[in-house]
Amino acid sequence: MVAIRPAQASDLSAISALDERLTGLSKPTYWQDMLAPERHFLVAETDRGDLAGFIAGEIRAWEFGQPAAGWVFAIQVDPQIRLKGVGTALFDALAARFQQAGVTRLRTLVDRKDHLILSFFRAQGMVAGPSLQLDMELP
Amino acid sequence: MKLQTATRLGLYATLELARDPERTLSAADLAERFGVSSHHLAKVLRTLATAGLVQGGRGAAGGYRFIGNRRRTTLMDIVALFEPAPGSRAKEPGEDTEIGGALQRVLTEIDEIAEATLRSVSLETMLKHPM
Repeated sequence: MVAIRPAQASDLSAISALDERLTGLSKPTYWQDMLAPERHFLVAETDRGDLAGFIAGEIRAWEFGQPAAGWVFAIQVDPQIRLKGVGTALFDALAARFQQAGVTRLRTLVDRKDHLILSFFRAQGMVAGPSLQLDMELP
Repeated sequence: MKLQTATRLGLYATLELARDPERTLSAADLAERFGVSSHHLAKVLRTLATAGLVQGGRGAAGGYRFIGNRRRTTLMDIVALFEPAPGSRAKEPGEDTEIGGALQRVLTEIDEIAEATLRSVSLETMLKHPM
């Protein structure tokens, strides 16, 4: 079992290390910024007090012309404790916070080649949203 | 998106059987449920059996049951049994021209999105959240 609680400054090094282990990219400033009061940054902690995973998001209104929605910016779970419901517990906790804040939609962006995370969000009941993401490389 | 008849029948049969892995249904039972040809369905069930997704079917009345993994099997796994692999498509006339190449890039973009969607939906997700 894991406990879900808001992230704090003392969690940052473990969060940054887990993310770097999984993505190969170090971005400590990005995680530091997620502690801002308007952000929702939660961690899952094991009985022994170790980091099992984290989720970060924010409520944004009128981005891209869309009414308020809770955005999931990032979610990571320690690969050694996957398939034990940690990701779902983090997702449910963030969704509950968004609902308490009066938001009725959840939204995220996923790399379409990352089948693992795409399957995870699908398993939570998420489907393709109303927007299509477009992108180009600048010369 | 247009799926070949065999693909659609493969998805119907797999999802129906996966709803309850304890239950055995014959090609005729499934054909009646979906209003399709039982002859065609019997052939589709043999393909699903070879792929290790279903088991059974001795004789015309023989029943099938689901023996795959609902969480691990995606819609794409079934589609891939019946549709040609994306990379195996023969070149269309005109594809080497500038316009042909530009059109092909748009069609490939559509295929990639369709494949990502099919690959991300497991049988478990499909049966838990009928969309």
